[in-house]
Amino acid sequence: MSLVQGAHQTSQPRESRATLLAWPEFNQPAVWLVAAILLIMPFIASGFFLIEIFATTLILGTIALSLMFLAGYGGMVSLMQLTVAGFAAYMVAVFGMSANTNISLGWPWWLATPMALVLATIFGTLGGTLAVRTEGIYTIMITLAIGAAFYYFTNQNWPIFGGHTGINTIATPKFWGVDWRSDIPFYYVTLGVAAFCYFAVQYVSRAPFGLALQGVRDNPRRMAALGFNVNAHRVAAYAFASFIAALGGVLQVWNYRQISPGSVSVGACIDILIIAVVGGIARPVGPFIGAFIFVILRTFALDLLVKFGLDGNRFRLLIGLGFLAIVFWSSDGVIGLWERWRRRAVTPEKRGGYGHG
Amino acid sequence: MTRFIERHPAWALILLIAIAVMLWLILAVWPPGLEEAIGRKRVFLNAVFNGITLGSLYFLVASGFTLIFGLMRNVNLAHGSLYLFGGYVGYAISTWTGSWVLGFIIAFLGVALVGIVLQIAVFRRMEGEDLRQTMVTIGLSIVFADLMLWVFGGDFYQIQTPNWLVGPVELPLVTAVKSSGEAVYLRYPMVRLVIFVAAVVIGIVMWLALNRTRVGMMVRAGVDDRDMLAATGVPIQLVFVVVFALGAGLAGIAGVVGGTFQSLSPGEDTRFLLASLVVVIVGGMGSIPGAALGAVIIGLAEQLGSVYIPTYAIVVTFLIMVLVLALRPQGLLARR
Repeated sequence: MSLVQGAHQTSQPRESRATLLAWPEFNQPAVWLVAAILLIMPFIASGFFLIEIFATTLILGTIALSLMFLAGYGGMVSLMQLTVAGFAAYMVAVFGMSANTNISLGWPWWLATPMALVLATIFGTLGGTLAVRTEGIYTIMITLAIGAAFYYFTNQNWPIFGGHTGINTIATPKFWGVDWRSDIPFYYVTLGVAAFCYFAVQYVSRAPFGLALQGVRDNPRRMAALGFNVNAHRVAAYAFASFIAALGGVLQVWNYRQISPGSVSVGACIDILIIAVVGGIARPVGPFIGAFIFVILRTFALDLLVKFGLDGNRFRLLIGLGFLAIVFWSSDGVIGLWERWRRRAVTPEKRGGYGHG
Repeated sequence: MTRFIERHPAWALILLIAIAVMLWLILAVWPPGLEEAIGRKRVFLNAVFNGITLGSLYFLVASGFTLIFGLMRNVNLAHGSLYLFGGYVGYAISTWTGSWVLGFIIAFLGVALVGIVLQIAVFRRMEGEDLRQTMVTIGLSIVFADLMLWVFGGDFYQIQTPNWLVGPVELPLVTAVKSSGEAVYLRYPMVRLVIFVAAVVIGIVMWLALNRTRVGMMVRAGVDDRDMLAATGVPIQLVFVVVFALGAGLAGIAGVVGGTFQSLSPGEDTRFLLASLVVVIVGGMGSIPGAALGAVIIGLAEQLGSVYIPTYAIVVTFLIMVLVLALRPQGLLARR
């Protein structure tokens, strides 16, 4: 791939330079290495690691990416991104096929999935419209209230959401002779969706809309004076983020094949915030790093704690303390720590050579 | 009041009619047609009373939340944890000593102490950084929840009601008239009425403390303009600590009260955090009367909703929040 890129550069230097300016990460060998490893992952990792670690990381990372987009570029910390994802998951279960035949409508997946995506995007946009009625720190309160209300609602409501037992054995897509929920195809599906969302966020952040959104984040009054509709930009950001979160939610319901109020609990909503903050909300890659750390901790904390002679059930304590440590010492998460460490390692002259792209 | 009527005559009229209808529903003997349409009056009256007592519990939790938020701009998402912690402390002390009142007092002091430590050790270091403070409170709520789960397990606890509060009391409200012409009066648990009265008393004491004392004056000035208050030479850090301790202590005694007439278990912290969030969003952030109004509205909506439309009860609460945000985003009684 990098060879092709090199040839491209010699034949059409001007255009390639523009591409490189727009996508600076293509210029770094580490990025290509990570991409290659992710692509050949099924040949390295076994089924357990592939799904439980990597696919789960990509799904949680996608949902956290939607929060990163809102918080990093829009300055709006929304705690309802998991609720939007959960709503999409519920809609897949309600419109598609599942064991709860009295609830599910039994539509084929290619009809149920777009329906779920559209409805979840509308749901998230409406929530966003509410949240932008007030500003700053209030956003957290309102979105948390929306998330918690949705959780209690799914618990109470039996006709549509199946009460606290939820909806089980949800059908996953099978077509072209492939069962898309079997390990390797499902991994590639999640990888494809995560990559799509990652590049979509990267693209939007550099498009005029994304730049205006960052302007709104930094100085809403000035942007309003310049003739931008501040609230419309914010609501549009919610719509975009909701779509990404909905994609993550659809993948999640295909992964677990069931959905219940536990999946949309307040704790789970806060986990998404933790993932985004621990990874770093300044850049789109942060949520994926945060998700990886979170999933690794969640999977292995029990064994690790028992090995040290502690109670294995204290996983959440570990997560909470780790989160507190990150919030205390690094405002932009693990990426921030990494960059600070690199800045200390790299001398100023060498650093000057980078920015050109 | 008169200014409100002058400025919003239509709203005032609607409010007046709503209050009149509510009073009639509570006081009058229902005609048979109404009983057929929406059920027995006893059910309705019980729901209203449960709603008001639940509202007074919500007021205890939310007033601390709104006080801390109003003065320090600190959205304390660990407030639910403080509530649950207070409940557990009250349970432990009251089962150990057998005295409910002692449990109540020690829960207040213990949780207030936690609040003081939090304010001095954590929040003072990041003053003015709203988002970071909120993140820290989220982290703290996770840590507290897990520590409490560790110590107390996942069981349900209920604090023993003191003997002098056990049993129902007859209220002078007619629920029905027997065919013999004899009136049936409403019987209601004593403990819930005491909770309601206690919440009203605490609310009035808080109002007096805020409006009639020197410290209260400082707190009110701080809510309006923190920097200017600091510039006038008031020891603002001390005021912060006092307010944080008071707010946390209120959550603590609310925990004891909630543990007495409901129960304590992991997950209650989230429930009461949500309740205080919705109450202060509806009532107006940083306003004590707003917290009282919001708490009564939400408590009533929750109880009436769970009686008349059980599967959609939470939606009613939520719709109230949406409606308030749409019409008056700063909350019903906020000044700005």
